[in-house]
Amino acid sequence: MKKVVRGFYSVAYAVKLCKPNIICAYPITPQTEIVENLALMYANGELENCKYITAESEFAAASILVGASAAGARTFTATCSQGLILMSEVLFNAAGMRLPIVIVNTNRALSAPLSIWNDLQDSMALRDAGIIQVYVENNQEAHDMVPQAYKIAEDKRVRLPFMICMDGYKLTHAYEPVDLLDQNVVDSFLPPYSPEVYLTTKKPVAFGCYAPPHIYMEFRVAMQRAMERAKEIMEKVFADWAEVSGRNWGGHLEVVYPDSKNFVIAMGSIVGLLRKVVEELRNEGISVGLVKLRTFRPFPVQELRKSLENAEKIIVIDRSVSFGYEGNLSIELKSALYGMSPEVISFILGLGGRDVPKDFLKELVKNAILGKEKSGFKGFKEFEEVIP
Amino acid sequence: MLIEVRFHGRGGQGVVTAADFLAIAGFKEGYYTLSFPTFGAEKRGSPVASFLRISDEPIVVRDEIYNPDYVVVLDPSIFEAVNVTSGLKESGMLIANYPKSSEDLKAFLKTNSKVLTINATKIAMKILGRPTTNTTMVGAFAGATGLFKLETLKETAEEFFEGPLKERNVLAIEEAYRYMKEVCR
Repeated sequence: MKKVVRGFYSVAYAVKLCKPNIICAYPITPQTEIVENLALMYANGELENCKYITAESEFAAASILVGASAAGARTFTATCSQGLILMSEVLFNAAGMRLPIVIVNTNRALSAPLSIWNDLQDSMALRDAGIIQVYVENNQEAHDMVPQAYKIAEDKRVRLPFMICMDGYKLTHAYEPVDLLDQNVVDSFLPPYSPEVYLTTKKPVAFGCYAPPHIYMEFRVAMQRAMERAKEIMEKVFADWAEVSGRNWGGHLEVVYPDSKNFVIAMGSIVGLLRKVVEELRNEGISVGLVKLRTFRPFPVQELRKSLENAEKIIVIDRSVSFGYEGNLSIELKSALYGMSPEVISFILGLGGRDVPKDFLKELVKNAILGKEKSGFKGFKEFEEVIP
Repeated sequence: MLIEVRFHGRGGQGVVTAADFLAIAGFKEGYYTLSFPTFGAEKRGSPVASFLRISDEPIVVRDEIYNPDYVVVLDPSIFEAVNVTSGLKESGMLIANYPKSSEDLKAFLKTNSKVLTINATKIAMKILGRPTTNTTMVGAFAGATGLFKLETLKETAEEFFEGPLKERNVLAIEEAYRYMKEVCR
């Protein structure tokens, strides 16, 4: 049923259809309305076989989900920014324990200074946790990604936490038409979660226990192999989803105008703006295509190398920074393209919710293609640092 | 076809709701719609803006609206604090809650775009008993632009509001809609 709904609702409704057993969260802007919607559904008795637990912090929320997931429950939480960082100690554990917790992260900047607004710094800080990360462009994609996230995370060849990254405000607060899934579509796609090994008094096991040097490394190698398997399994799940739902979001990447000389690459909701920018520049006779990167972990190295094998120039749009180096996506992309020789220009913009107007972005991309714009931060006011 | 609308007002007046309401109504009229707020400090009284795009094609751009076709102003005291006509197309229109005439406001704002005023605060006080002008201005916008049928707005209000608010908001929408239809005749 196609309806105009807010981003929050598109996620909450999809979570409901996935029949989670335990939902546990701590409120944080701009995530709160996701779990508010779920709490309302829970209070109204719409969530069968489910318990909604309020926690005293994000740390506690993640801890409760680790216990629940280890006991064989399908689990959900949503968070962002400081909340995600507070969860991080637990989430690294969840990955190591191979627990398929699904997290919706409504991307928000990190403190300090305090910002409730959007960029990608929070999820980037969790890059190395062993959590699958997918970035969505709009609220339909966020909605569609929830059942896929469970299916991928709970696959026994994977068993890793899954983070759906959606831009705070730009998506969460937006009303737009979303085709809400039917229960029977989700039921036919997503089987119930029934792990072979879980916490039970009938057959006691331990999760995440002490691993001395003679055994620790093998667990970490297993995580890496699970990520590598996830890459293939995701492709299959994405394709199955296209069949079941009639909506094809592509694979780990979506490439628009693959035969272009120049490419721009980005993740998240800014991809929409770039679709328009690319159209307009092509109308001006400039050969430029677009790579929408959906999967950030596992990183689709081969797919990127193949899609960009004839690229002369690649413009990377980053909305986060690794201080002391450069934009995070730019780092990853250059590493993936090692041995190839396109020129890579990377822009860091839109930090802390600073709006990126279409015309501004178009000028940047155009000038980069024409060789008139260098890498670096864009769209900030030049200032003199005061060093006392 | 892409129509871009920017709403100005103050926190607590329903500036965000106005855009959201019209996003739902626009979809009912068969358009693709997108609405979203600016994300200022979430407190009553501070200037707030929200945005609405209406198109016959799927909407992919999510930047703020810098060159609106229409500007809708919910608060008559906002003009000193915010440059509401910023980027407004010359062919565009400003529809404002303002106690004086359209000519007065046009002269005050020194704009070449069309200006229409309605005393929405008065209507809201009369019907809702409080100066929440969003539904009144939704009605005024629809009446002035002809983009929405009154029936669609009523149907949207039925879904959007609950309890006694529903009926009174429908009345506010209707009065402003008819007023603007009359003015624009």
